[in-house]
Amino acid sequence: MTNFVLQTKGLSRQYPADGVPVRAVDTVSLELTKGEAVSVMGPSGCGKSTLLHLLGGLERPTSGEVWLGGKRVDRLSETGWARLRRRNIGFVFQAFHLVDELSAVENVELPALLIGVARKAARTKAMNLLERLGVAQRAAHLPDRLSGGERQRVALARALINEPLLVLADEPTGNLDSGTTAEILRLFAEMHAAGQTLLIVTHEPRVAATADRLLTMRDGSIVEDVRLEGGLSRQALLAQVAGWEA
Amino acid sequence: MREAMLALLAKEPAHGYELRQRLTRALGPIGEVLNPGQVYITLSRLERAGLVRSDQVAQAAAPDKKVYEVTPEGREHVASWLLDVSWPKVAPAEFHLKLVAAAMTGLADPIALIDAQRRDLLRRLRDVQRLAQEAPSDDDAFLILEGTVLRLQADVKWLEACERRWTTRRPQ
Repeated sequence: MTNFVLQTKGLSRQYPADGVPVRAVDTVSLELTKGEAVSVMGPSGCGKSTLLHLLGGLERPTSGEVWLGGKRVDRLSETGWARLRRRNIGFVFQAFHLVDELSAVENVELPALLIGVARKAARTKAMNLLERLGVAQRAAHLPDRLSGGERQRVALARALINEPLLVLADEPTGNLDSGTTAEILRLFAEMHAAGQTLLIVTHEPRVAATADRLLTMRDGSIVEDVRLEGGLSRQALLAQVAGWEA
Repeated sequence: MREAMLALLAKEPAHGYELRQRLTRALGPIGEVLNPGQVYITLSRLERAGLVRSDQVAQAAAPDKKVYEVTPEGREHVASWLLDVSWPKVAPAEFHLKLVAAAMTGLADPIALIDAQRRDLLRRLRDVQRLAQEAPSDDDAFLILEGTVLRLQADVKWLEACERRWTTRRPQ
């Protein structure tokens, strides 16, 4: 249909609240092209997490459409969504959501095994990703033996293993200290540079600033959609950082 | 400071003492360290620059007082100050005065000013963070960029606090 990786049309989600229905997401129409990194910010309760849930099929819209990779997906059954998520959507959550009983590498290869990748091939792929994300030496450890930063790296590897069309991240550094946040953001930047389409919901300015495009939500609607490329030359930027600007 | 005084005069003419009081009120606790002499010096500089003009007003039991009002050039100057998104080193006091001045004079919408400033800071944050990510993290000088990133991040968070505050008082 189009070359948009993700597209929504008039997407809304209404919740009943004391007789007066509240629109947590209110007629949101947005388009993401391939390779785009977009962040969504807004005050708490603005609907940004609900929007992410609608895009990932974790919640159903009251009205409107979701298109992923040129296919309409908002009417899929539970099973349909589950299949779509495994193949095409990588999730990264604040709380990591790793399976406690599986080692790091087993967590990473699980989505590949679920779509029928051969055991050996899945293991190789998982190890390569862990290597790329700097946690290969922790592959055999259970999640509770890993630090927060390591867990999020493993979760990132798991999100990427089936080469999804889209990665959805919800407050991906919410449980991490400042130094670890910087490391994880570096990985997001690398992921973006490698052409991964990415949507990050966050209230952390530096996480939002990893993207090229920023959506701001208020009361369920997108009130601002701006490019973040500053347009300052490297020289001007460095002078500004040094406080030596003319 | 200079521009904030001009903005207060753009709302309505005032003599020096009144202006000083208004400025002190707008500044809250920082008003305590406002140097009274500074107000009068700034007023005469603004007058020399043609941004304000003064009238002597005779008083019955006291010496004449000087009432200052903003000139058209001064009003223009205030408007461009309100829309300027450059971020001075110690930002909160000046930016706060900008919001107060915008709301008072009606020359700009405080929320729009916050949005414009936030966009500008996030763009800068993105660019500096990118530089930080390109720099090898084992180089000590990387800390300069990391420090700038953290400060910009704090500034954006502060703007969000401003937004919450000014959103709730918007109907006034």
